[in-house]
Amino acid sequence: MAVHQPLPDLPPPPSERGVWGWFRQNLFSTWYNSIASLVVGYLLVIWLGPIINWAFISAVWTGEGSDDCQPGAACWIFIQQRLGFFLYGFYPDELRWRPNLIFVLFLITVVPQFFPRAPGRKWLALFGITGLPVLAFIFINGGYFGMESVATSRWGGLMLTLILAYVGIIAALPIGVLLALGRRSEMPVIRGICVTFIEFWRAVPLITILFMASVMLPLFLPDGVTFDKLLRALIGITLFQSAYMAEVVRGGLQAIPKGQYEAAQALGLGYWRSMRLVILPQALKIVIPGIANTVISLFKDTTLVLIIGLFDLLGAVRSTLSDPAWRSVAAEGYVFVALCFWIFCFGMSRYSQNLEKKLDTGHKT
Amino acid sequence: MSNNDPIVAPVESAAADEDIIIIRDLNKWFGQFHVLKSLNLNVKKGERIVICGPSGSGKSTFIRCINHLEVHQRGEIIVDGVLLNEDLKNIEAIRREVGMVFQHFNLFPHLSVLENCLLAPIWVRKTPRQEAIEIAMEYLERVKIPEQAHKYPGQLSGGQQQRVAIARSLCMKPKIMLFDEPTSALDPEMIKEVLDVMIELAGSGMTMLCVTHEMGFAKTVADRVIFMDGGECVEEGPPQSFFNNPQQPRTREFLDQILQH
Repeated sequence: MAVHQPLPDLPPPPSERGVWGWFRQNLFSTWYNSIASLVVGYLLVIWLGPIINWAFISAVWTGEGSDDCQPGAACWIFIQQRLGFFLYGFYPDELRWRPNLIFVLFLITVVPQFFPRAPGRKWLALFGITGLPVLAFIFINGGYFGMESVATSRWGGLMLTLILAYVGIIAALPIGVLLALGRRSEMPVIRGICVTFIEFWRAVPLITILFMASVMLPLFLPDGVTFDKLLRALIGITLFQSAYMAEVVRGGLQAIPKGQYEAAQALGLGYWRSMRLVILPQALKIVIPGIANTVISLFKDTTLVLIIGLFDLLGAVRSTLSDPAWRSVAAEGYVFVALCFWIFCFGMSRYSQNLEKKLDTGHKT
Repeated sequence: MSNNDPIVAPVESAAADEDIIIIRDLNKWFGQFHVLKSLNLNVKKGERIVICGPSGSGKSTFIRCINHLEVHQRGEIIVDGVLLNEDLKNIEAIRREVGMVFQHFNLFPHLSVLENCLLAPIWVRKTPRQEAIEIAMEYLERVKIPEQAHKYPGQLSGGQQQRVAIARSLCMKPKIMLFDEPTSALDPEMIKEVLDVMIELAGSGMTMLCVTHEMGFAKTVADRVIFMDGGECVEEGPPQSFFNNPQQPRTREFLDQILQH
């Protein structure tokens, strides 16, 4: 009777785990992959190397002034020394606690939005779109409760960028939704007004709108009536972006099957409740990527206020570049601006992806 | 009673008093196309009516006129004493009392089954939430899916979705239920579960108007069967005489086509 003889164990397969396993699997699986990996690796080293060297390794981080800067190395002293101007513009030093306070409140309302389980998230969001702008105006502008008032011409830097973007976003979205609904209205007058509005603002470059707001508008106003320049820019940006937003939202509305409108009507919900409870929640969910796109482009478009003499983040950095005390620090300045914009825009992008996942009930009609 | 009461149409006779739906000389055109040609129908409280006919005969359009999902151009519709005209107050008053079940269910995919059932009672009837939940669960039990209450419509089968749709309409406690081909979009094995719910509902005394091709259902529950073709009411009568002894050649032809295979 044959006795079962187990064969000796085979050697373990080449590791597919760990760093080397990953490398073997993804970079060196075949001879042509290996060559491609080596070539790309070499190019990365020769291109990225100098950049990393410039930005980090030989960069100058501390010092007194432009004299400490080294040629061929980033001079971050520039950013450090001018940070106050980049963040606040000409806002008086001793009053900067006011925008700081608002910024802290802004963080308190925004950060929990990234965590679905954060307590009171919805109430914070509600505060963010109602109370916060009012508080921001009271504190940053001053003039109330004995606070010294600061003219908008002295506002600037990142603070101004955030104000423009924030107000633009929270005003453009609801206006856009109303315009989209109006454009699909069965009432010809309302539809006509909405179509005209959207097509007018969408067909004009934002730069033109800003120029018109700052140069032409005062010509039409009666003598002695002044209209704050920042307010004009804000209105221009908001109306411009709401036209874009309207078209994004309209795309979502058109994607909702007719049956959904009919079911809501048949239940007696009426127009506004049908829209608010049934149609818009679905339509807005569909167009989250489009809304995020519009919001991000709005954020970046705020840099255009530079041309009407408002010093947003980019404007503030650009204006310091002409300072004779600082020579050849343009790259550092622009890298700083890019980084700031990237942080905010990337945050918005991540938030929109979060939202998409959270709202996905996984099923279409 | 609130001060939003709709205008009550004049009641002409004692007999009309018990008619919950009165339709006189109903005409509708889609552009040049005359879809509904001078239809008349009186429906008594608790009556169950099945409307059948070939596709394109206007039967869906007809029942969709009753809750104003379609607008008629001529004629008169009075539902539960309310005249259906362009007045939004009247339209909404009628829609509150008339439930509708659609061919494609039309559940709201972003809301759970329970929330689908809560929406209208809470927002239209102003029922307190807790009470609305109790009512919704009661009806979900009646359509035999209380255990699915917290799922989303997309997670249910077609038959289950249609039963939820029926429950959603019933949560408004309507006086009349309209069914627009409720089983046409279902797989054959799911048709029965929906018909069972409808038969049960018919037994409870609900006024029902049902557009369907389910002739077995018509024979079981209908008080009257109406046959429509080309936008006209060709023949109507109780199911026995309608199925066993149709008077009109068009009816006979239609019945031959759908019953013999």
